Amino acid sequence: MNLNKIIIITGHYGSGKTNISANLALKLAEQGQVSVVDLDIVNPYFRTADFKKLFAAHNINLVASKYANSSLDIPALGFDLSGVIKSADYIIIDVGGDDEGAKALGRYSEMLKAHKYDMFYVINKYRYLTQEADDALALLHEIEAASGLKCTGIINNSNLGVETTASVIETSLPYAREIAEKAGVRFVFTAGNKALNCQAVDFQVEVLVKLVWQD
Amino acid sequence: MDINMSERVLMKGNEALAEAAIRAGCRCYFGYPITPQTEIAAYMARRLPKINGVFLQAESEIGAINMVYGCAGSGARCMTSSSSPGISLKAEGISYLAGADLPCVIVNIQRGGPGLGTIQPSQADYWQATRAIGHGDLRIPVFAPATVQEMVDLTTKAFEVAEKYRTPVMILADGFLGQMMEPMSFSGEDKSGKREEPFAWGAFGHGNKRKKNIVNSLYLKPEALEAQIEERFKRYKQIKEKESTAVCGEQAETAEIIVVAYGCTARTAQAAVHKAQDEGLKVELFRPVTLWPFPEKQLKDACKNAKTVLVTEMSKGQMVDDVKLALECKIPVEFFGRTGGIVPEPDEILQKIKEMVVN
Repeated sequence: MNLNKIIIITGHYGSGKTNISANLALKLAEQGQVSVVDLDIVNPYFRTADFKKLFAAHNINLVASKYANSSLDIPALGFDLSGVIKSADYIIIDVGGDDEGAKALGRYSEMLKAHKYDMFYVINKYRYLTQEADDALALLHEIEAASGLKCTGIINNSNLGVETTASVIETSLPYAREIAEKAGVRFVFTAGNKALNCQAVDFQVEVLVKLVWQD
Repeated sequence: MDINMSERVLMKGNEALAEAAIRAGCRCYFGYPITPQTEIAAYMARRLPKINGVFLQAESEIGAINMVYGCAGSGARCMTSSSSPGISLKAEGISYLAGADLPCVIVNIQRGGPGLGTIQPSQADYWQATRAIGHGDLRIPVFAPATVQEMVDLTTKAFEVAEKYRTPVMILADGFLGQMMEPMSFSGEDKSGKREEPFAWGAFGHGNKRKKNIVNSLYLKPEALEAQIEERFKRYKQIKEKESTAVCGEQAETAEIIVVAYGCTARTAQAAVHKAQDEGLKVELFRPVTLWPFPEKQLKDACKNAKTVLVTEMSKGQMVDDVKLALECKIPVEFFGRTGGIVPEPDEILQKIKEMVVN
């Protein structure tokens, strides 16, 4: 995988951005110092800030609002991104869902443009409202407009939660290719639960974002 | 809508519920934003104008419930949603709706309380929903979904029950169910955006062609009010006889401990019960789906051979009262709960089960 120092992860909420960010962080931590920036101000429940302990165990630096996961549901960011960029080999920025979430990214767009960055758009064919390639593209354009940044690649994370099978993932490939082609960017990889052993998957992930009752 | 009916899709609980209401023929929504249920309002705001419906963000929860009163009074299908503190504000309006025998669906995506509490999930509004939703002699049916699929199915059912018995119906879920995503699908008739005649009893204008319909909760003569309350309680009796629902595991017959949980806590309890069964313990889960009417008979049957019962909730213990009433206090009932917005973990419940086995 050929990646720039700054990797921005965007997408519809429920596309699996947070799970991709966390897995990518664990992978890159094998090669260098990784910082994960939780910019998700949209979702108060499931987010990267949930992985404090896991990240600490892998020496991954988690940068999140001090109000993350608290009841103070205001978009308070309050940290110095330029400092974070200087102090790590890789910076993964997990952005909140949709164009609403991407607005928070817009604040940093000028600074990010000064660096080499990747902005990956995570897609899920089985997430309602982005089931058609054109719907997913429309959302991508909204995210680009809100963030002031350009998408550089597509990550196919098509899944049906606990009902995902290898064929569910395989069926999503033409959809993912169509989006990458129409957006004029590279198709980075197809992600999938490694337990499924799916041939179409080129980035095996562990399901880290779980419901309380899941093992 | 671009959702294929038969297809499985991932959807967020709040949005699945909103779409289900639209498919049940609801074209009028009145509400006010509050975490963790705002996605319902946001979804309605996007969808309803496109199908010739009404989305109205009121000035407050009090405004919203009174708009529901007016809308239902005119014989239209309508709903509102909120989360705990907002439901408290709606209390007066809900009592008026019950007093005027108006059908509507009220959704409570519970968060921690009392007061502003937290934005995290909770089940501490059980007493409010089943006992004290408003002043006066009244009950409203309360449905408790445990999956995103049930957020859909019980919303459809809520409109049916509301209209059949002319009563407000509450969906009592929690922030976790509202926010989480699960695969689900829609089934049954899709009535989204369909124009329907108002309910015959509605005050929608008649051009002097029939006897006027009066929608009101004020009675000048005590005897008239009493007669209306008697009639209403006959309907409550029918609801109790016909609408109580529960899901019980297959091993209840031989179980020594029955775990009783509803909503999202029932998912955690289910995981704990499976673990306990794997370890050879005689335990089974009983999950009320309707909280009022409480599935008394079903619980009694499930506990036929049980030595003890464990109730688990995200509260200090509220449903536990109904469990004791249903079992007429003949079986010891223990309780385990978490509060503050914390969802209990399967291992915590498992540990409590094991303690009960030892004792």
